[in-house]
Amino acid sequence: MSFEPKNPVVKWVDHRLPIFGMLHHALYDYPTPKNLSYWWTFGSLAGFMLVVQIVTGIVLSMHYTAHVDLAFNSVEHIMRDVNYGWLLRYMHANGASMFFIVVYLHIFRGLYYGSYKAPRELLWWLGLVIFLLMMATAFMGYVLPWGQMSFWGATVITNLFGAIPVVGDTIVTWLWGGFSVDNPTLNRFFSLHYLLPFVIAGVVILHIWALHHHGSNNPTGIEIKDKQDSIPFHPYYTIKDLFGMGIFLIFFSAFLFYAPNYLGHPDNYIPANPLVTPAHIVPEWYFLPFYAILRAVPDKLGGVLLMFGAIAVLFALPWLDKSRVRSARFRPIYKQLFWIFVIDCVILTYVGGKPAEEPYILIGRLATVYYFLHILVLLPLVGLFEKHKPLPASISEAVLDKKPAAEGASNA
Amino acid sequence: MLKMIKSISAAAVLSVMAITGANAAGGNIDYKSVDWQHTGIFGTYDRSAAQRGAQVYREVCAGCHGLELVAFRTLTDLGFTEDEVKAIAAEYEFVDGPDDEGEMFDRAGKPFDKFPAPFANEKAARASNGGAYPPDLSLIVKARPGFENYLYSLLTGYEDAPEGFELPVGMNYNAYFAGHKIAMAAPLSEDAVEYSDGTKASVDQMAKDVTVFLAWAAEPKLEERKNMGLKVILFLIVLTGIFYAAKRKIWSDVH
Repeated sequence: MSFEPKNPVVKWVDHRLPIFGMLHHALYDYPTPKNLSYWWTFGSLAGFMLVVQIVTGIVLSMHYTAHVDLAFNSVEHIMRDVNYGWLLRYMHANGASMFFIVVYLHIFRGLYYGSYKAPRELLWWLGLVIFLLMMATAFMGYVLPWGQMSFWGATVITNLFGAIPVVGDTIVTWLWGGFSVDNPTLNRFFSLHYLLPFVIAGVVILHIWALHHHGSNNPTGIEIKDKQDSIPFHPYYTIKDLFGMGIFLIFFSAFLFYAPNYLGHPDNYIPANPLVTPAHIVPEWYFLPFYAILRAVPDKLGGVLLMFGAIAVLFALPWLDKSRVRSARFRPIYKQLFWIFVIDCVILTYVGGKPAEEPYILIGRLATVYYFLHILVLLPLVGLFEKHKPLPASISEAVLDKKPAAEGASNA
Repeated sequence: MLKMIKSISAAAVLSVMAITGANAAGGNIDYKSVDWQHTGIFGTYDRSAAQRGAQVYREVCAGCHGLELVAFRTLTDLGFTEDEVKAIAAEYEFVDGPDDEGEMFDRAGKPFDKFPAPFANEKAARASNGGAYPPDLSLIVKARPGFENYLYSLLTGYEDAPEGFELPVGMNYNAYFAGHKIAMAAPLSEDAVEYSDGTKASVDQMAKDVTVFLAWAAEPKLEERKNMGLKVILFLIVLTGIFYAAKRKIWSDVH
């Protein structure tokens, strides 16, 4: 299907700047595997959440004041005096959690179906870059209300850079803009918190560009071979994604309207006080697995390296995974290892929120060892020794084969 | 689809357990549990309890604790009339100015003012309270693990210290305070206030009433939020149903 506009204005513009043709190609007749399950909905949902965060964030920033003496009360001003300010703020705060839920599901889907394998390594890398930018943005956003957890979270995380040999202290002072977390820190965090989402948006465009170059992976992990295997993105996946978005919005609304503080921490309703340290400094839930890895090492520098290493190894995944079969559907051993890895990540999340005492220290260390064992040892070995199940000849064949069987039995 | 729902629910249950476990860190005390009228999906603040609670705050708590985020005008949310709000505001004195001569002057509070802090600054507050700093109560219900139940338990949790418990001079024993040593003496005593609606002002009653009032102070938009949530979710269920029907129709020709 080529793009032949009928509207004369569209025609005139597209002849000079083929932007409508490009959008048509990307959102309308983009050939998509016809067997994508609902696990593929989370990509567009992540894009949707980025838009929600940017829109609510821009309005919030119109009412927020980035100053250590005023920030806390300006947030309460939003909650009490700004029309629908409570809605905007709860949407933004819970939206960050929703964004991470969606992105984590999106990443695990990629792990299960081998979406990072050639020729999609750069697509995977760009996704990880988005993930890193999201973490930086969320961390700085959590500092802005200037509550106790804001302040002490900022103190703990920025101090991590002090572990760098020789220049550590200098770097921390440079990050703070002074000799402690203070007004200059809050101001620069606000500035960067406003900037980074637009950087994310830019990388998202690259991510989609790379995606559309080779097309989406699919539950069989087999490339599209002929016309029978694919359907146009619109209307098939626009409507499927809209349905998925409806379900997701109901889930989001349940938190937003009925438990808006459930994912937060009560201490952040206490104004920041540099003289009083909270009993337990806990980061937001989406950082807990990494916090657990950080604390698993008794040495500060070692912990910091391991924590960043936990994400760095994900960049090497396309080369660590030796299997030529993408989808776990045809990899009986990898499939089981995948679910053990998921459980391992849940355990890390749990331990990350617990005080640093036994038995959590031991559990955290074991779970950390397993995290790296899975990626650095098990994954390469399984790829070499695993006997995969027979692959279907094409996506169409896989879909037709499945039809007579019970529908729920699919590997969706 | 079915399998996916199963996987997602399993993951959700695990994650909620992980996060709940995480948030429970540090809050290991079991608080007394009260069935508050404003919790739950259709919950609304108990107006008469909140009005009585406002009286408890003004006559008992306000001596040491501020409520600096709450404007008098918002008291109409709790069913106070405009005249009552004006009268409550006028009980407090505010420094205003400068006037045309450049002088600061005192004036009675107006509805747009907020409940003032009882002390000029933290040092003055500590000097009057044996070194302890009575926190502002505007957000207290949201700022403590256990929330309403914590505050109610704390207010009704004063006991004699168990034998062998070392209580420093000027401290009081409270079963629900972290470490059990609290500088605040038991604030409520029988008939500390006289309720105009005839309710008996027992310690338990006053503790419940002031907790409802402070829950409202911390989350004044709770009713608006739940009300909107119900409409939004009902709308989304219908919309999602339409999307699902459309999806079935559109996909019916894919084989």
